[in-house]
Amino acid sequence: MLSRPSTLALLLLALAMAGFALTLVDAALPREQRKAEVEATRALVGQLGLTDLALFTEARYTRHPSQADLHSAFQDHPLALEHFPTGSLLPPPRHEAVDREATLPD
Amino acid sequence: MKQWIEKQRYLIDFTLASLARRKTRNLGLLGVYTLLVFVLASVALYTHALRVEAAKVLAASPEVILQRLVAGRHDLIPPGYLEKVGRIRGVQKREGRLWGYYYDAVVKANYTFMVPNDGTMAVKRGEIIVGPALERSRGLAAGNGISFRSYSGKLHTFIVEAVLPQASELVSADLVLMHEEDFRAFFDYPAGHYTDIALSVANPQEVRNVALKLAAALPDSRPILRDEVLRTYASIFDWREGIVLALLSAAILAFGILAWEKASGLSADEKREIGILKAIGWETGDVIKMKFWEGLLISLTAFLVGFVAAYVHVFYFAAELFEPVLKGWAVLYPRFQLTPHVDGLQVATLFFFTVFPYAAAVLVPIWKAAITDPDAVMRG
Repeated sequence: MLSRPSTLALLLLALAMAGFALTLVDAALPREQRKAEVEATRALVGQLGLTDLALFTEARYTRHPSQADLHSAFQDHPLALEHFPTGSLLPPPRHEAVDREATLPD
Repeated sequence: MKQWIEKQRYLIDFTLASLARRKTRNLGLLGVYTLLVFVLASVALYTHALRVEAAKVLAASPEVILQRLVAGRHDLIPPGYLEKVGRIRGVQKREGRLWGYYYDAVVKANYTFMVPNDGTMAVKRGEIIVGPALERSRGLAAGNGISFRSYSGKLHTFIVEAVLPQASELVSADLVLMHEEDFRAFFDYPAGHYTDIALSVANPQEVRNVALKLAAALPDSRPILRDEVLRTYASIFDWREGIVLALLSAAILAFGILAWEKASGLSADEKREIGILKAIGWETGDVIKMKFWEGLLISLTAFLVGFVAAYVHVFYFAAELFEPVLKGWAVLYPRFQLTPHVDGLQVATLFFFTVFPYAAAVLVPIWKAAITDPDAVMRG
């Protein structure tokens, strides 16, 4: 029975499907320790008032992309070439213009 | 039903025997196909997990950060500014933040120096708390001394009081926390000045209004909302995913051509095979079913194996192959483990774009060959 190629192929396919299902189960598993670590990190963010991830530390506008002023990538010259590789992989910051016409009720 | 299953199994037997006749070619195709799914799935899983992680931890960042701009550049907050902010209704808490960058020529890395405002993180004078990446790059441990040359040329020595937990490295890798007076002395920071202001707003619905009021009351200021920070991160990872996919597009196209050529351009051998099958009594439907199994076996195997390998690569081997592209080229590299997250829509999209085109590309030419007269097909 096992000598039939279809049995072997279907068995391998079923194994691969089981592997796929396992990844979904693994992703859904509760991870108490990991959850506690994320909570601790979040608490640290709150305590220190952090605003950015420490992913790209080479330039100030890549270390704190959310805080960088809109001109920082062109700080030396309007047409200056980008110094840091991350700069070319990072999109320009998306800040919504706050309406400055608003009147102050106070 | 049993008969139907048995028929499909015979068709699969036949398909596998037919595939085995061109073993090298088909195994090569399966290998490249699996590799492509692996790369695409790795990028998708990694960026999605990082996006989820960023959103989770940054949800605790300050509701509004107020910067002061001079000629389009970030400038220090002068004395008296904090009081003006305090008069705006809706602002619950305001804190002047002190932080800045320091370039360490020894390891050629940038650090973020910061003064914690929170009482629980208070640092004594002459002491510092360092991030885990700093601990690694400078070989520091609690109790060690370290000297930094300030921008005025003076050497300042600090004792490492503690190292921040490794689990928080994603946000704290390059941090150096110090006492306010040490910070001001190190950077020659003018008294009463701050880097920026962190505000908390009593009513979350009011955040936007408070930002509008701030912008009106202090025209040289730039309020940055937490929502904007979160959106910035969402867009960063979308962008990076896009860039990697753009770089991969050449490979995807090359595979597309290979698969199309393999699947759609029937070789003379294959045409003859179909002709013979039809001549000995196979129906058009059987030939199509046989080819359908061929397409499904190859594409489904490639998808499943590629996806599982990508999952293991990203979540159990920390995506070592793509780390440099997705993280950046900085000297201080955070080391972190991502929590596994699988986005159903992302998996469905990947499945649709990898499995279906191949299955379709296999079926169309076969259907064309199968409806032609066997004699004409065999003569080619």
